[in-house]
Amino acid sequence: MASHGIEVKNLYKIFGPRGRDYIDAVKGGLSKQELNEKYGHVLGLQDINVSMPGGGITVVMGLSGSGKSTLIRHINRLIDPTAGEVLYDGVDVCRMNENDLRAFRRHKTAMVFQKFALLPHRTVLDNAVYGLEIQGVDRNESVKRASQWIERVGLRGFERHYPNQLSGGMQQRVGLARALTNDADILLMDEAYSALDPLIRVDMQTVLLELQKELKKTVVFITHDLDEALRLGDTIAILRDGRVVQQGTGQQIVLTPADEYITAFVKEVNRGRVIQAKTVMKPLAGTPEGMPIPHDMILETVAKSLTENGQTQAHVVDAAGQPIGRIDLPIVITAMVTPTSHLQQQAA
Amino acid sequence: MAIQCTILPDLLCNFPAIGDTSIRAARKTIDDGFRNLVRANSDLISVVVRPLQLFLNFLEDLFVSTPWIVVLLIMMAIVYAASRNIRITLGTAVSMMLIGAVGLWNDTMVTLAIVTVATLIAILVGLPIGILMARSDRLQSIVNPILDVMQTMPSFVYLIPVVVIFGIGKVPGLIAVVIYAVPPMIRLTNLGIRLVDKEVLEAADAFGSSSRQKLRNVQIPLALPTIMAGINQTIMMSLAMVVVASMVGVGGLGKNVLQAINNQFFTIGFLNGFALVVIAIIFDRTSQAFGRRLQKHSEVIHG
Repeated sequence: MASHGIEVKNLYKIFGPRGRDYIDAVKGGLSKQELNEKYGHVLGLQDINVSMPGGGITVVMGLSGSGKSTLIRHINRLIDPTAGEVLYDGVDVCRMNENDLRAFRRHKTAMVFQKFALLPHRTVLDNAVYGLEIQGVDRNESVKRASQWIERVGLRGFERHYPNQLSGGMQQRVGLARALTNDADILLMDEAYSALDPLIRVDMQTVLLELQKELKKTVVFITHDLDEALRLGDTIAILRDGRVVQQGTGQQIVLTPADEYITAFVKEVNRGRVIQAKTVMKPLAGTPEGMPIPHDMILETVAKSLTENGQTQAHVVDAAGQPIGRIDLPIVITAMVTPTSHLQQQAA
Repeated sequence: MAIQCTILPDLLCNFPAIGDTSIRAARKTIDDGFRNLVRANSDLISVVVRPLQLFLNFLEDLFVSTPWIVVLLIMMAIVYAASRNIRITLGTAVSMMLIGAVGLWNDTMVTLAIVTVATLIAILVGLPIGILMARSDRLQSIVNPILDVMQTMPSFVYLIPVVVIFGIGKVPGLIAVVIYAVPPMIRLTNLGIRLVDKEVLEAADAFGSSSRQKLRNVQIPLALPTIMAGINQTIMMSLAMVVVASMVGVGGLGKNVLQAINNQFFTIGFLNGFALVVIAIIFDRTSQAFGRRLQKHSEVIHG
C-alpha cells in the first residue's frame, strides 16, 4: 500500500455560533484579538497551508492554544473547518458526506490520543480490536491481527488486563496497538507522548521510529516539545496563534529560525543531534583525507567517531560513497555550540 | 391587629376569585369531556391493557402457586448469581423465611410480582427515553419539567386519571406504580450517558463508529454504573408506591397496610411494613453488589 500525502490548503477555523459570517473579515485582516473582543468568536486556525508528505512523519509543533490539536482534528474531520480544504489522495475530506467520511475514518486513518482514550471496560486485546470490530472484520481474524501488534508494542502477556491495571506508558502502547491494528495509511498522533515520563517518552519515540522504518505510513504527530519534534519529524511545522510560522526540516528550523519566537525555542536545542555532516562540511580541497563520514550523520556522532579514532580530519561521502566535502573537529564543535541567532543569520 | 378592610376598595382586599359557578362549569366540562373521551376509546384502552393484565396475572399465579421452597431456592440462586456474595444470599433466605413464618408469604409473592413487572416496564420505557434525552438538549428541556411534575405531584392525585381511564384493579395500580417509579430511570440514564468521557467518545468517532456502535460500545457500558443506580431507585420507588396503589385495588402487602391503617391494627401494619422493608433491602443489596461486580475493571491496581 503506497502512502499518500495530505495537503492542507487555506484552512480557516473560527469557533463560535456564527463563525462563517466573519470569515471574509478574517481573510481581510481582522486579527484574532479583534475578532474575540468585538464579536466574541475565537480564531482557531488561519490560512494554514501545510503539505504532509506520504510515508513520512510530519510534526506539528506549538504551545498550548496554538491550534495544533485543532489542526490534527481537521484531518479526520473531528472538527469541521470554516473554510479551506484538506486533500488526501485527491479527495477533499471536508466535502465528504457522512458515509464517505465514516469509511475514510475506518479504513484510512487511525488516531492515538494524549489521554489514551481507551475503553475502560475492555481488556487490552478487546481495545486493540476496536477499529476492526467497527469495520465488521471477523473476530478471529481481528484477534489474530491485534495480537501481532500487541506483541510488537511490547505488551505480550497483558492481553487480558484492563487499562486501569496498566501504567501510563503501557496504556499508550495499547493506544498505539489499537491504532496500528487498524492498518490505516494515516496515523494521527495527538500529543500522544506528552502525558508520559521523559524516559518512557524517549522509549516510545524509538518504538515509533522503528515501526515507521518498515511501515512507511503518513504520520502526523502533534507535540509541544521541540526535542521530540526534531527527533521524530521528517518535516516540522511550527504553529503560533493559529498560524504556521515556519515549516521545513529540523535542520532548517534550527539553522534558520524564521523569527524571534522560534529563535527562542531553538536556543535550548541540542544542535549536535539535529545538524548533519553535509550541512556544515567545507568544499573538498584536493584529495579526501581521513576517515569517510556518511553525509547524513549527525554532528554528535561525527564528533564521537572522530575522537574515538583519534582523528581531527575526515571527508564526507554521499549515499553512493563518493567524497563530497571535508569536515574537521573545529567545524563540528563550532556548529554544535554556537547558537546562531536569528539576527546573525539575517546579517550573514 | 389586622388592617381593616375599610380603607381599601373591595377588589384589593378580598382576592377576586373567578367564582364557584365558573369553577363548577369548568370542572364539569373537563371531567365529562375526559370521561367521554375514555368511554369512546374504551376498546382501544382494553387492547392496550390486556397484555399487561395477562403478564401480571401469569407472574402472580406463578409466584403464588409455586411451592415456597422452590421459590426460595430460585430467589437464592438469582441473588447469588447477581451478587456472588454468600452473606447476601443467606440473609435473603433467613428474611424470606421470617416473612413466611408470620404468614405473609402469599401477600409477599403478590407484591413481588407487581414490583417485578413494574420495574421491567420502567426499564423498558425509561432507558430509551433517557438515551434520546441525552442526545438532544431540546428534548431534555421538554422532558425534565414533566419528570419534575411526575415526582412532586402527590401520588394520590394521579391515581384519579388512572382510575378514570383504566378503572379499578391491578393494571391501573401497576400503571400508577410505573409512572411513579420511571423518573429516576430516565434521569439517571440521561445523566450517565451525558457524563461519558468526551475523549473516549472522540476516539470512537475517530475510528469511524456509527452512532449505534457508539451507543452499544461506549455510551451504555460507560454509563452502566449510573444506569444501575437508576434501576435501584426505580425498584425502591415502586416498592413505596405499591402501598398507595393498593387504594385502587392492588393486592399484596400494600393492601394489608391499607387495612391496618383503616382499622388501626398496629401490629399487622408493622409486620407488613417490615416485609416491604425486607424485600427492599434484598433488592437493594443484590442490585448494588451486581453493579459493583460489573465495575470490577475500574479498580485501580496500578497507580
